[in-house]
Amino acid sequence: MNTVRRRLAIAGIISLSLVAAACGSDSNSSSSTAAPTTAAAATPTTEAAATTTAGEAATTTAAAPTDTAASTDVDFSALKGSLVASGATFPKGFYDDAIATLAGIAPGLTIEYGGGGSGKGRSDLQEQVVDFAGTDGVVKDADKAAYKGGEFVYVPTVIAPITMSYNLPGVDKLQLSPKSISAIFQLEVTKWNDPIIAADNPGVTLPATDIVVARRADGSGTTENFSKFLDAAYGPNATPPGTWKLGGASELEWPDGTQAGDGNSGVAQIISSTEGAIGYVDLSDAKANKLTFASVMNKAGKYIDPTLDATTAAAKGTKINDDLTFFLGWADGDDSYPIAAQTWIIAYTKQADPAKAEAIRGFLTYLLTDAQKTASDIDYAPLPADLQTKALANIAKIGA
Amino acid sequence: MTTTPADLTDLRPRRQILDRAFRGTTLLAGALILIILVLIAYTVTNKSLPVFRSEGFEFFTERRWAPNKEIYGALSFIYGTAITALLAVAISVPVSLGIALFTTQVAPLRMKKWLVSLTDLVAVVPSVVFGLWGIIFLAPKLLGVYKHVSAWFHGWPILGDIFGRTGAGRTFMTAGLILSVMITPIITSISREVIETCPQTDRDGALALGATRWEMITGAVLPHSMSGIVGAVMLGLGRAMGETIAVALVIGSSPNITANLFSSGDSLPSVIAFQWGEATTEIKRSALIAMGLTLFLITIVINLLATAVVNRATKRVQGT
Repeated sequence: MNTVRRRLAIAGIISLSLVAAACGSDSNSSSSTAAPTTAAAATPTTEAAATTTAGEAATTTAAAPTDTAASTDVDFSALKGSLVASGATFPKGFYDDAIATLAGIAPGLTIEYGGGGSGKGRSDLQEQVVDFAGTDGVVKDADKAAYKGGEFVYVPTVIAPITMSYNLPGVDKLQLSPKSISAIFQLEVTKWNDPIIAADNPGVTLPATDIVVARRADGSGTTENFSKFLDAAYGPNATPPGTWKLGGASELEWPDGTQAGDGNSGVAQIISSTEGAIGYVDLSDAKANKLTFASVMNKAGKYIDPTLDATTAAAKGTKINDDLTFFLGWADGDDSYPIAAQTWIIAYTKQADPAKAEAIRGFLTYLLTDAQKTASDIDYAPLPADLQTKALANIAKIGA
Repeated sequence: MTTTPADLTDLRPRRQILDRAFRGTTLLAGALILIILVLIAYTVTNKSLPVFRSEGFEFFTERRWAPNKEIYGALSFIYGTAITALLAVAISVPVSLGIALFTTQVAPLRMKKWLVSLTDLVAVVPSVVFGLWGIIFLAPKLLGVYKHVSAWFHGWPILGDIFGRTGAGRTFMTAGLILSVMITPIITSISREVIETCPQTDRDGALALGATRWEMITGAVLPHSMSGIVGAVMLGLGRAMGETIAVALVIGSSPNITANLFSSGDSLPSVIAFQWGEATTEIKRSALIAMGLTLFLITIVINLLATAVVNRATKRVQGT
């Protein structure tokens, strides 16, 4: 009895301290309460949007389908079934948003996009565990034979810039060339006021703070896109050849002394909590963590901010292969931002079930049409119009 | 009422059946543990074969970990696991013993009960909560401390290397500190229970001979409890080595072998946790499984050592 009372007392003290912490008005808790408010404010609007579009869809199907049919000739409200998918986490925000809005229009269709990473998506599709998969990387030719469902198509869906986020109080504007980025991430420079970095920033006084390099602990498409950009811009085969030695891959052999975080948010957390830190973080996570980011020198020699427009511009300056694979980094064009992520959905062209094929086509068509218009609201850049058209042509190849 | 011999003979067969059934079930339960353990060992060994086939014994001695170049070495992860666990034990043992001795020998009864409840409470905090506390609060706070200490010892022999340059506060030291908090309740509660078994007569005898309380503890209590305390420490060490998420969040995930405790590193369980999801090639998966196997073997060795030490200490104390 006594023991029980004592434990209750301890539990009481702890819950009291929890309440006290929750009521406390220090800077930390006020900033954390700010997030839920915006989230709460955002949800009703998207819900409202979903219900209005649902209402429209209901009326249009009752009469003749007008607006949606004109652009896509898919009647979303008629889609039925349930789709399971997994893969890249970078576009998950975009897909989840599209799935939520589409659910308002097509109540008969349920889609579950599980995330798990590009590698998981590819192996899941290989084993036919999922109906389609998201991937930030291209399937190697040698692996194609292992795909049990036969031939598959790439459908590019969305692109986004990868920021060079940093934490240097007092330095609001920073310019970085591939040469300095390469030197920083190979730990060849250790202080922020190193002449190599200073050369990119005439007129800016850089502090003598130690540089802390933050990178991904897990295998990641963001690492792959970032390192491939450096390889293209400043690797041994670049013109003129540079000194980036780590190559381009989803995992690199980093020098000793870098700091690794799990996922984009893990890297962002290291940067925001460490003075002198720099890392590569996708735009939406960088914004969510209120990070400052540098402008990066592009192929034309201009310093460009990581904006959605600059990313779409990069896509215009990129060579698109026949199967719609491409690499956005180090793109041509005066306005192109040089570090960007691209992502695809891959699906088999031959589906066993015609209804399922129609559902997949329907969802992908929605991603390439209506969802493109709202992508920028959640920090993803839409594809350029001609690439959208090519992607829709690839979607049409998915059949039963 | 008296039972006649006839009644007893009637009951005997049924009792024997019950007895046998009971023996059978307990045997099955006991065997199940062994079967599961053997199956785990078999699968893990089997699945880790590809990496041993390609790397051989060098898997344990190679310090480079570069999956993109197909180089798989576990040495830096083994080092990280060992150094963080040892740090944790080194910090935790004096504290745990202090708490255990205070609660059993010094504290008044009421306070003792509170203390016991409080230390037990630390044990129920989920490890991921420790990890989150580590990255959100402890690592950023410690960063400043590390910088001061590192500047202080700069240029000193040995100490200058141990307390060297730091990055973002996610270091061997931070992981060791978090682990030390996590294993303190384990070491404390086992030591406390062992110390409590020290006979009152031994203690009274020591005091009667004119020993101070300190002499009574070092002369009577500790020798009596040594084997149990060693066992408790070994259990804590095992727990510290296997801890995954709390370490993964604060160690920095940057495989490294260095004397610098303020440098980031990586450990066996945390690399498995972080890299498993994107381990899509068979060889990388098997390399990660082989790390699991390594951890398994290390903990088995530690447990065997613990048993040996405990047995020897018991024999010495009991004088047999």
